[in-house]
Parts: sequence; C-alpha cells; structure tokens
Amino acid sequence: MAGSTLRFSLLLAAAFAGRATALWPWPQYIQTSELRYTIFPQSFQFQYHLSSAAQVGCSVLDEAFQRYRDLLFGSVAFRFPHPIEKRHTSEKNSLVVLVVTPGCDQFPSLGSVENYTLTINDEQSLLLSETVWGALRGLETFSQLIWRSPEGTFYVNKTDIEDFPRFPHRGLLLDTSRHYLPLASILDTLDVMAYNKFNVFHWHLVDDSSFPYESFTFPELTKKGSYNPATHIYTAQDVKEVIEYARLRGIRVLAEFDTPGHTLSWGPGVPGLLTPCYSGSHPSGTFGPVNPALNNTYEFMSTFFLEISTVFPDFYLHLGGDEVDFTCWKSNPDIQAFMKKKGFGDDFKKLESFYIQTLLDIVSAYGKGYVVWQEVFDNKVKVRPDTIIQVWREEIPVKYVKELALVTRAGFRALLSAPWYLNHITYGPDWKEIYLVEPLAFEGSPEQKALVIGGEACMWGEYVDSTNLVPRLWPRAGAVAERLWSNKMVSNLDFAFKRLAHFRCELLSSPESRHTPHP
Amino acid sequence: MEQRGLARLRLPGLLALLAALAARTPRVSASGDLNLWPLPVSLKTTPRLFYLSPGNFFFGHSPTSKAGPSCAVLQEAFRRYYDYIFGFYKWHHGHNKIPSEMELQKLEVSVIMDPECDSFPSITSDESYTLLVKGPVATLTANRVWGVLRGLETFSQLIYQDSYGTFTANESNIVDSPRFPHRGILIDTSRHFLPVKTILKTLDAMAFNKFNVLHWHIVDDQSFPYQSISFPELSNKGSYSLSHVYTPNDVRTVIEYARLRGIRVLPEFDSPGHTESWGKGQKDLLTPCYHAREPSGTFGPINPILNSTYSFLSKLFKEISTVFPDEFIHLGGDEVNFNCWESNPAVLNFMMNKGFGKNFKKLQSFYMQMVLDMISTMKKRSIVWQEVYDDEGKLLPGTVVQVWKMGDFYKELENITAAGFPVIISAPWYLDVINYGQDWRQYYSVKPLNFAGTPEQKQLVIGGEACIWGEYVDATNLTPRLWPRASAVGERLWSPQEVTDLDDAYRRLTRHRCRMVRRGIAAQPLFTGYCEHEGRM
Repeated sequence: MAGSTLRFSLLLAAAFAGRATALWPWPQYIQTSELRYTIFPQSFQFQYHLSSAAQVGCSVLDEAFQRYRDLLFGSVAFRFPHPIEKRHTSEKNSLVVLVVTPGCDQFPSLGSVENYTLTINDEQSLLLSETVWGALRGLETFSQLIWRSPEGTFYVNKTDIEDFPRFPHRGLLLDTSRHYLPLASILDTLDVMAYNKFNVFHWHLVDDSSFPYESFTFPELTKKGSYNPATHIYTAQDVKEVIEYARLRGIRVLAEFDTPGHTLSWGPGVPGLLTPCYSGSHPSGTFGPVNPALNNTYEFMSTFFLEISTVFPDFYLHLGGDEVDFTCWKSNPDIQAFMKKKGFGDDFKKLESFYIQTLLDIVSAYGKGYVVWQEVFDNKVKVRPDTIIQVWREEIPVKYVKELALVTRAGFRALLSAPWYLNHITYGPDWKEIYLVEPLAFEGSPEQKALVIGGEACMWGEYVDSTNLVPRLWPRAGAVAERLWSNKMVSNLDFAFKRLAHFRCELLSSPESRHTPHP
Repeated sequence: MEQRGLARLRLPGLLALLAALAARTPRVSASGDLNLWPLPVSLKTTPRLFYLSPGNFFFGHSPTSKAGPSCAVLQEAFRRYYDYIFGFYKWHHGHNKIPSEMELQKLEVSVIMDPECDSFPSITSDESYTLLVKGPVATLTANRVWGVLRGLETFSQLIYQDSYGTFTANESNIVDSPRFPHRGILIDTSRHFLPVKTILKTLDAMAFNKFNVLHWHIVDDQSFPYQSISFPELSNKGSYSLSHVYTPNDVRTVIEYARLRGIRVLPEFDSPGHTESWGKGQKDLLTPCYHAREPSGTFGPINPILNSTYSFLSKLFKEISTVFPDEFIHLGGDEVNFNCWESNPAVLNFMMNKGFGKNFKKLQSFYMQMVLDMISTMKKRSIVWQEVYDDEGKLLPGTVVQVWKMGDFYKELENITAAGFPVIISAPWYLDVINYGQDWRQYYSVKPLNFAGTPEQKQLVIGGEACIWGEYVDATNLTPRLWPRASAVGERLWSPQEVTDLDDAYRRLTRHRCRMVRRGIAAQPLFTGYCEHEGRM
C-alpha cells in the first residue's frame, strides 16, 4: 500500500507545516522552535498564577478558560485514553495566567491595554498580561498554537510571543435594521470576532427600514417601527445579553442611533418627529429627516438618549449623521421660516449643523463621548475636539486617504471604514484587496497618524440576513482584523493566504464547530 | 402550446386540449396576491376561500388513477408535502370547526397513463398537470407521476395561513407544463467537495423551483471524489482525502433522492482537459509535458495517442453508464490547453502520422470522436461543452451542445441549432460569478430564444442550466449563493415566455424565498425586508 503511506506522510507534513504558521492575526513578536510538548486533555488546566491580580471568581477569565477548553478539546478529552505513543517530548499540563492589574467586572474601553506575553518552554508555560483583556487575547493565541497529530495527540511547540495591537479600535459593524438578525447570529458573530481579536461591535441598530430596538421610554417606536413587534425586536434583555456576551470576550458594544437622516422607521412611533414633505403648498403625506425646527424634537432626543446612555455602558455612542437628504426640508414652509429666523439663508448644511450640535450637546451632557460619520466633519459642524470621525466614503468628496489627512489635520481622531465595506461583493479572492489597505498611507505628521485609532469592517444589511451573514463576513473580515492588529510589515499575501486558509478550516473544524466562513 | 425538445415530447389529448384553452387567457395579471414560483401556464382563481385543517386533510389516490399506494414516488411526496404545508407552522387550535361546505379535506391525485412509478425521469418525461382547488375535494391530474410532483409543489404554494392561523386556499384552476424539458443546476464537487447532505438539500430546493436536472460536475483538475468500482485508485489518490469521496452508495443515495423528486442526475466526466486529478491514480493516462527535450515532470490533458487511454476510458465509461441511469452522459471537452501536447515529441509524431499538421484542434476532435463513439455503443447519448462543436468535431446527430461562453452566445445558439444539434444554455447563468445587488434580475431577463433562426431551430433549445462552479464555493456558502438567484433561472425555464414582469417577479420571489427559508433552505434575501419565519440556519 504505497499509496496510503504516502498519504499518511503528507498529512504529517501538513501538520508540521501548520502549527506555527497557523496564527491569525500574526503577533508582533514570535519565536518558535521544533521542540514540542504533549498536552493531555484530561490533565490539562488553565490556572491562575499565585501572584495574579485575577483569581478564581474572575468572571471574564473563568468563562474564557471554560470556553477555550471546549474549543480545544471539546468532548474528546473524555473519549480518548492517553496515547501510548512514547516520544522525546515532555508534557505540558497547564497554562498559568498572570494578570497584573485587578479588574474583572468592568467593561473594556478604548483605553484598555490588550498586551500580553506568552512563554512556553521547559521551565514554564505562562501567559502574562497587564489586564484581563490582554489575557483574553493571549488565550486565543495559545489556542491557535495547539495542534493535533494524525494519531490525535495534542501538541504545543516551544514558543515566545510578545504581542499587542497596532490600533486600539478594531471594529465590526452589523446592520440590524435592513434585515433583522436573530440574537443567535449576533452572539455567533461576537464569538468569531474574538477569534480574530476584534474588540468593537458597532451595532447599527436602527435605520429607515425598521426599528428593532425596544425602548422602554418610547415603546411605540418598536411597536410601530419594527418589522414585527413580537418577533423582530431586541428586548432590553436581549441587549443586556449582547453587552455581557461581548464583555466576556473583551469586546465593546458601540451603539449607533443614526439621525437626522436614516430615520423613517422612527416616524410611526413618534408623531411629529419627522419633517412632513410638501408637494407644492400641501403636505405630500411622505416624510423626510428628523424635524430640526421643533423644540419637541430636542425634548424627545433628550429623553431618548438618556435611556440609550444608561443602557449602553460604553463611553462612546455613535450618532450617525450621514447622508441627510435636504429635498424634504427644502419643501417644507415651516422649515423655510425657521431657516430665515436663524439666518441660515439657503444653506441647509447650516440647518443640519444646528441639529447635530444640539444633539451633541445633549449627549455630552450625559457624560458620553461620540462617534459620527464623516459628513458631520465635511459639513463643518462644530464638534467637541474629542469627537471621533468615521471615514466611510471611498471617493467623494475626496478619496478616503485624503479625508483621513483632513480629519487628523483638524485634530480629530479618525476611524477608517471606506475600503472595508464587506457587504460589497465581487467574484474572486477580494480579501487580498481588503488586506492590503494601509490605514496610515496618507500625508501627515506623526501626530496626525497617531490620531487614527483604528477601523471597522462594515456589513450593511441591504442584501444580508442570517441566511448569508456568516459566509459573507468570514474570513473576509479576518483580513481587516489582521491589518488592524498586526505590525504594518505583515503584508505578504502568500503568507497570509496560507494562514487564513488554515484559520478558516480551524474555524470550521473545532470540536464545538466554531463557525462557517466561506472559502 | 409550444412543445419542444428532440421532437419526442407528446402531450396526450386531454391535457393538450386544456393547455390550448388556457393559452388563450392572459396569465400574468391573474397572479394577484398569489405567491407561486415559477408561475404556471394558466391560473384562474376566485375570491372564494377554502380552509384546511391539519387533522382533517389528506392526500389520496383517485379510484380511477393508474397509480396507487404502491407508488413510492407519490407516497413519499404526500408525506413530504404534508410537512411543507402544515409542519412548519405552529398549529392553532380552536379554529378547527370549519363549516363543511368551506372545508378542503382532500387532494385527490389521478394519474391517467402508465404512472412510471419505478422509472427514472428522462428528457422526455411528461411534467404537465392540472390542478383544481375546490371543496371538499381538490383534484390533481397528470399523465405521469412527474406531473403530479410538479402539481404537488404548486398546490403547497397555494396554501397560506391567514392572520388567525387557519390554513387557507383560494378556489383555483391551474393548467401547467414546462416551457423547456431540461432545467438544470450544475454543481462542482471537485474544486470543493460537497457533503452528500448538502447535495440532497440542493435537490430539495431544486424541487421547490421545479428544476429537473442535477448536472453533477463530479471530477476536475483539483480532485477526483468519485469512487470508481473498476479503478478505485482514481479516488484513493486523486481525492482531497479519503473522507472527501463519494462511495457507490453515496451516488445511489443521490440518484434515488433525485428520482423521488422527479430530478435527473446527469454525471459529467470532463476530458481530455480538466483531468489533472485523474493522473494520480491512473499511470500514463495524462500527457507528460516536455521542457527542452526532457519530460518536465508535469502533465497535461489526457494522452490521446495511446491505445491504453481508450481501453481505460472504455472501461470507466462502461461503469459510469451503469451507475448513472440517465440516458445522457456529459463528456465535457472544454478548455483544452494545447501547450503540453505541443511539447511532447510522441504526440507530435502521432500528429504527423495522422496528417493533422500543426492543428491540435484536430487531435482534440480525434480524441472526442473516440469517446463519443464509445458512449454511443453503450446506448447512451452525449452532452458536450461548446468547444467540441466549435472545433468541428464530427458530432453524432443528437449530441447535445452546452453553450457556456458569454461572448455573443445568441450567435452560438444560432449556429449550433442551424447545424441541427440540440443545445443547453448556460452562458448567462454562471451564478458563481457574484456582484453586489440584485443580479437575479439579469438572470431573469434572459430570453433564451432571442436569436435568429427558424422555428425548428428554436425547438432545438432544450433548456438551460444555472452553474455554480466551485472555486469559491463549498458547503459553507453554497445555499445562500445559489438560492434564490437560481430561482430566477427556474422560472425562466418553466414559465411561458411572456412572464417577464420584474415587479411581479420581485414580489413573488421575495415570498418564495421566505417559503424556502421556512422549509430549511438558507436562501439569501433579495433586498431589504424580512420573513415572518426567519432562518435559523
């Protein structure tokens, strides 16, 4: 049976080749050797170091240990006896975790330190990190280092890793308005985000199409604005679950309530909120953006965002502000009168600015920071200096590279999304293009570059729901994840392809059957 | 009523008459609030409603039917469709007291001719049916079981749950038959292996869209997952791994599952190109390529100059012709790269002896001719990709040519049919090629007969296939990438050519996609919106 011998040795070779190169995203510093240690699932444990600030009872790590144990060994631990294979390998029966700074119950934030070092050698098997968030990243890396021989034995090689993210904001946007995504889809996405070291879930909750967020101050919003008020909504409990599930994975939830445009679904639940459009001298029966001329509007926003500020613990809220269509405002005589009164002339950008500024004041009074889409900057709205501007337009009004230069020159922090609209699909391996984006390739001072805090992969929902979300998102979003985590120098496509292909199969084949990205 | 396909389709008297009557009434506008996909030839409905109670409804055979409870195709279908109609909903109790004059209690099925219960569907299978929905007994009449299957799908699409949860159907009268007899989906299990489960799921979805051919592009350069009885080394060495293999039992499972849904399984063993994976398990089959007078260690297409090649192929195709019951075998013949042949001195020598000069197309034709002859001695018919026709192979009359090249495919259709060969259209329906947005509209708007030609030429268009090639597709993304985009092709091939209203199609297809989702098919959305029963895939 020459044939089967050949096949066998090929598999073995694949396993050897696979082990160190299987990491995604690639760490900042790694040294690894051929020396390997056997891991016996029955006896292997994650342990807290005696001097660790986190100890048993630390929710974030206790849960993570459980999770990674399942991911690595699943149920196999109890099915397989000790392999009889005797080799010159020693055994590793634990990974010792040492966290320096206490804190297991807080939420991750933009300032969270995610650094860690991972040392696997004859003397120790240690994961050292400043915070629990760093420990989470290190656990993921550790799980990717473990490999399995064809006979089923688990190994880890002698390895030294020192790792930290290139950018502190590594996000993924999901749109639950164009299509409702069941809670399970969102939670699954959070899992895969953690595998890719993403740390921000940008939740574009509501938009023109539907209002699935169940507000307790304004329940009519969902009752009248959701696709189906019984089934296609996120209850307070759902939202809590998402936030906690994310927290346990070191992921922030950045909630977006986009106004004054993209708000058609708000209208039915809050009469008077949207601008009535006119056709000639009569209301046409259709509605435009939020009506910026009424005091009621700001009273509503004030109450609504008080709720939002309480429900979502993250320091930042996303306030939208993109793509405001002025046609309806222009048609409405009350708006025209308001413009005249305010001395805005014919410049509707001024009206938009007026609205946004008032809204920003409301939200900052609640002690929140905010992220807005680039139009707010483009339209010269006066915003607080700590505002984060999200750049999403590829070409217009200027190329996104130029826009990054403009935003940072004005001293604002920037988030990049323009080249990472993953809802746009084309035939072929488009992950390469996504991967090769260099976020800092714009003209600017080192201080300007430092203002780019990261980026986000966006999965808008016009053509996406739970039937196709996963294969459309993964592993393409993985390319963004590595760009935002790894060193700028990590940009070799062949090297990336090998690892990404391996990583995809890893996601598919883990005992708990992680998830299902497309080829 | 146009009939088409190899001049062998016969619509027997009764149905032909009904169809002729139906042809005179306008159809599209009648679809109203109905969610039928694909749209039938003729549909009349009234506002009169009938109610169905899951506990008091059944499918049964008419006393005059030629098929009875021993007909597995029908018994299995009854069970399936009962589930599709009632099984996925929460049953609401308390509305079961339906006045008897408003209740639909039974769908009575009547097969008029020899039902073909134990046969395999074929290119000439009669799929026409008439469906009369009324109370208390609705009737479904067809010449053969194949028509019954199509009619059951239509019947299941007519029933909806009203806002009180009651199962409801409008009084309707439907006469239906397909526009084209060959309505296929091509899957590619070589670039990526597709688990049997995924193939069966695809067959389910095909039945929901009245597709009737699974074109199984089973092997190619990348892997050889077909486990051959005569040449087990082909998959032992040529598959991705020993678990990425279709055993004879897997193949039987697929064929029977397809048969029960009125779907033919058309196997493709593409040669002489696209055969890299064959070489691993069959020594000397592929042409050794030369570099500077020395074998370079790489291999090209199948070696057409060796007798051993043809004795191997003869044995392999003998097996294939037995394993796959369909009358047709797809022989491929596309994209043959001549570089390797050109480099090989033995091939050059052969060319000289045969007087082919430098024309490698003649060598390719020589090869294809040998294989085509082989197939015809096995009492099978061949389908080939368009290159085989383009390169002037002397095709046996009746050989079917599949058109896949996008550039002016109408001209190609005109030429092939003018030469008298039947054609299958795939060029505008390569669904593996994806774009942002609603590309289903472009698949839907294709006019298969929009080429210059006589009515006889148009008769030679036997249908089309939506192709989902596997370079970027495996079990993780096949279903949402295929459905509902392929549904657009499904309706184009089934419904009358006047059915072209995109707005109406959008409305029906949106609902049809939700119906597929409810039945467990992860069909992706057409655009913004929602399904009452979201997928939990």
